[in-house]
Amino acid sequence: MTANGKPKFAMYWAAACGGCEIAVLNIHEKILDVDANFEVVFWPVAMDAKYKDVEAMPDQSITLCLLNGAIRNSENQHIAELLRRKAKILVAFGSCACEGGFPALSNLTTVEETLDTAFFSVSTDNPQKVLPQVSFAAAEGELVIPHMYSVVKSLDQVVPVDYYMPGCPPESEQIAAVVELVIKALKGEATLPPAGAVIGAGTSTVCDECKRARNEKKIKGFTRIQDFRPDPALCLLEQGILCNGPATRNGCTARCPTAGVPCIGCYGPTDGARDFGARLMSAVASVIDSNDPQEIERILDGIPDVVGSFYHTNLAGSLLKASKPTWEEEQHAAPHN
Amino acid sequence: MTEVFEPVIIGFTCNWCSYRAADLAGIGRMKYPPNIRLIRLMCSGRLDPTFVLKALASGADGVMISGCHPGECHYLEQNYKAMRRYHLLKRMLTQMGVEPGRVKLVWASAAEGARLASEITKMVEEVRALGPLNWPTAGAAAALPEKPAALEVPA
Repeated sequence: MTANGKPKFAMYWAAACGGCEIAVLNIHEKILDVDANFEVVFWPVAMDAKYKDVEAMPDQSITLCLLNGAIRNSENQHIAELLRRKAKILVAFGSCACEGGFPALSNLTTVEETLDTAFFSVSTDNPQKVLPQVSFAAAEGELVIPHMYSVVKSLDQVVPVDYYMPGCPPESEQIAAVVELVIKALKGEATLPPAGAVIGAGTSTVCDECKRARNEKKIKGFTRIQDFRPDPALCLLEQGILCNGPATRNGCTARCPTAGVPCIGCYGPTDGARDFGARLMSAVASVIDSNDPQEIERILDGIPDVVGSFYHTNLAGSLLKASKPTWEEEQHAAPHN
Repeated sequence: MTEVFEPVIIGFTCNWCSYRAADLAGIGRMKYPPNIRLIRLMCSGRLDPTFVLKALASGADGVMISGCHPGECHYLEQNYKAMRRYHLLKRMLTQMGVEPGRVKLVWASAAEGARLASEITKMVEEVRALGPLNWPTAGAAAALPEKPAALEVPA
């Protein structure tokens, strides 16, 4: 508690796009409740703050910390560890913090290849082949930047997490409901869910909330929404569009499939599912309409990027986590810290 | 003397055909390497790809999936589902850098003890040649964070 008696609130972005912060601001007038009930002490995207200010705070002094983004480099890990010490309730906020999200798709490739693409491919005009170095001896002294990890991690692979709030980004209504719950719990009017719970989401699947008509599924071939005009009322998967709905936790009111776009699985696996992509592969493969291995292969050719399609936002949280070359690079890299 | 690498292979067999084939191989005293650890499922269609990934992530060097021949499934057509899942899973594993030879689908009827034994022998040698998989999560996989169990809601 601060001098004004308000509990403290912090929000941080690790390897993230900033969409989670926008989703928080998108709770509209409820943001005033956040301000009325919390003192915002650290939120790099919204206000100026220095890491040393956070370091100076007493441990456990931040009541609620929403941490979004994956753990991609040494800075992300450092701040995650710091905020874990300072916060009472640490929430893995958004798909990236929960299961690695989009940044974790780089677990299919090595840091070397990533830097190569970013700095030496056609996307960058870099005739002198300049590459950022982790440390640089400037006239004023040594300059150091965080170093990139080969294997992108989810937040709970670095520090213990109290709650998971999935979504890319989490839906604003869900954020508002969670904020309301925490405020009530602080006043003693409600109890918080047990530690480790998934909050701000349902316990069923996206299909359960999806209004599209469903029949017996038989897939003769996979296609994509840019290749034809899908029937607006019929299940997308039945039309050969790889929709992640069957394996994805609900809580988003099936927004994407309702709008005609396939679910990408951002709410993560349902309760009891250990590996999101495996469950989705199980569901999707079983309805392929062929018993002939060659035809099955031909139908599967319609999915050009299997890992990218089945682990869109979940690779760091999957069982294998990263590809073999990525793990090898990680193991050969200098030990972290 | 250098030690010979002994691969660990997890074998998923179906109750009605391939597990009985393994049984027959035993009764017939057919020899096959002890590197395979058989796990009986009711049907190859029960095989969730999670099982294969968990085996590999926990330290197995290979996985054999076996079931009734196509068209002979005890549950009519569930082995076709196993086949479709296998083809998709193989593509995923290839993209993850796992050699294709590490996961294999073998059909074996209850009468094919000899066939199953020879397929196991063949696969053990193939995986031995590939070397250990040593997936880096192997040590940690035993201590996977507990995920909440799904709530069973009776229909």
